Amino acid sequence: MLLDAAINDLRDEKTGERVYARPADTRARINGRSGNLTAQSPPEPRWNSRIIRIRDAQDKEAFAELFAHFAPRVKAFLIKSGASPAQAEDCAQDVMATVWTKAHLFNPARASASTWIFTIARNRQIDVFRKQRRPEPEDLPWGPEPEPDPAEVVGLQQETENLTSAIAALPEKQRQLIERAYYGDLSHAEIAAVTGLPLGTIKSRIRLALERLRRAMT
Amino acid sequence: MSDSMNIKHHLNDDLLMGYSAGTLPEAFNLVVATHISMCDDCRSRQAALDCVGGALLECEGVADIAPDALARTLARIDAADPQPKVPSTRRPGVFPAPLYDYVGGDLDDVRWRDVGMGVRQAILPTSRQATARLLKIPGGAAVPDHGHRGIELTLVLSGAFRDEVDTFCKGDIEVADEALEHTPIAEPGADCICLAATDAPLRFSGLIPRLVQPFLRI
Repeated sequence: MLLDAAINDLRDEKTGERVYARPADTRARINGRSGNLTAQSPPEPRWNSRIIRIRDAQDKEAFAELFAHFAPRVKAFLIKSGASPAQAEDCAQDVMATVWTKAHLFNPARASASTWIFTIARNRQIDVFRKQRRPEPEDLPWGPEPEPDPAEVVGLQQETENLTSAIAALPEKQRQLIERAYYGDLSHAEIAAVTGLPLGTIKSRIRLALERLRRAMT
Repeated sequence: MSDSMNIKHHLNDDLLMGYSAGTLPEAFNLVVATHISMCDDCRSRQAALDCVGGALLECEGVADIAPDALARTLARIDAADPQPKVPSTRRPGVFPAPLYDYVGGDLDDVRWRDVGMGVRQAILPTSRQATARLLKIPGGAAVPDHGHRGIELTLVLSGAFRDEVDTFCKGDIEVADEALEHTPIAEPGADCICLAATDAPLRFSGLIPRLVQPFLRI
């Protein structure tokens, strides 16, 4: 199906070459509906289960798979953020080691695997290359439920995949703006492009989860 | 009932995106993290923006990693200390966790210095790109009329103040740019405690504050 093909074609794994050209109607399809994205085995829950196996069983095989997928991406992110390849290599290994040691903090109802790993890489980048501390918001006590609601997990995964597809389907120029913003190379006045993304749905979903949590705590 | 629902003045998208991308100065990150700790709406908006970072990580290219990278990362994991399982949670005081960390305690532990007209301040240790400070304004007192060369963030931690723009209560944040010349006045009653950040030294309109400015680092 067209949409699945579009997602699979994002990048050639071997060359890292990007294939972003899209027929104009692809974007409308991606933004217009959301069910089809999960018709084929979606990538995110697979990564979630790997992290949970690391958390619960110190599973090195699961870690090796996660590493093969994310370490090259984290390294590329760090290089684009201004690190030398050698620094980025060292830092990417550090980030992936943190994925293991902090696996118990991963909550798939709050963030997908890629989002969670991005935040670890970003924080490490600030720490190592910008030599700054990174103040983090106070954590909310996400109890009493030990495991997150599966429906929430699936919902967040879907929205995350919709967002990834929407970013990939943006016109090259807009996509570059967002990329540059996230790699620290953009004045704030230029960032309006982000408003075209389906962020409202993700925000509402997280907001609802927070409200449920607040109710549960009172 | 959460205080979060009463917040009227929020972070703008630029600041949330800069925080998510990791491109803000440390002092701004501290104010943003402190506001998010108090505000579910901005917490969910920021979480949605983190998803953009995750999506970029997923679809923005890969870099070759060293052949022995996995083995080296596993060795790092073996050498790492076990991580504490308890994330930071709400403590009973005035300061949310990120601010508590920078002060090294709560409101009673702040080492205030007089800056004149009853106003007291304490500068917090951050990188020099921008300055973060706590302000304590007695009820009914004014902070000297000032403009600023860059952006000034003012987050109310307790009490309230008003200026030419509006009234700001607990959890509200005022984002002022160079165009705003304002005179914040604490509402009558309790002290107004604020966390403020500026990315350029404040420019006071009155003569005397301007003379003392270099000594006070306001």
